Amino acid sequence: MKRILFVQSRAPYGTLSGQEGLDALLMGSAFVECALLFLGDGIYQLLSNQDAAALGLKDYSVSFGALKDYGVQNLYCSESDLQHRVLETDDLVIPVTALDDAAIRELMASHDVILSF
Amino acid sequence: MAAKILHTFNKSPISPVLDSCLRFTGEDDALVLLEDGVYTATAAWGVKLDELIDAGVPVYVIKIDVDARGLANRLIEDVQVIEYDGFVDLCANYEVVKSWF
Repeated sequence: MKRILFVQSRAPYGTLSGQEGLDALLMGSAFVECALLFLGDGIYQLLSNQDAAALGLKDYSVSFGALKDYGVQNLYCSESDLQHRVLETDDLVIPVTALDDAAIRELMASHDVILSF
Repeated sequence: MAAKILHTFNKSPISPVLDSCLRFTGEDDALVLLEDGVYTATAAWGVKLDELIDAGVPVYVIKIDVDARGLANRLIEDVQVIEYDGFVDLCANYEVVKSWF
């Protein structure tokens, strides 16, 4: 079975990229083995206490909690990108594994397809 | 032997995405610069590629994007100019492609 790595690199709300990436991941997980990696500003999608109601947008960060029900268990972020933004994994809405740069490159290399959002 | 990744970058070199791209490009990988990414291979920005080039990582630029921007005579040394068919070959020869944008 193909293994797909989804990479989320954009902050939420400024673009629809993150929401679209999550939708694609939820759909893709029905057919293939999927993992999810947050790089750069993408990690802001997981920040706790989001409230986008006044923007007229859905706070989709809660949807990340559904990933385990879809069998998506491999969730990662960049340790250095977290530190750069003065964040810790405890600040995030779901548990993710923080990796160093070398491990992230290996993660990319170990998948058949990388889809970036 | 770890899989080889073909990285592509298509934004202006002032984009922070370039730094992410370079961070995760390993010695066995290759980098293709396309669209606005080709500006990276000029004198103003080429220093960002030095580390990769010194490590022997192949760096390619897409010819029509270079020509469109008037950069044919302004490219740094050690980048290879390729056309779309060469790009297709590269995609086929690397196990996985990571698009940075």
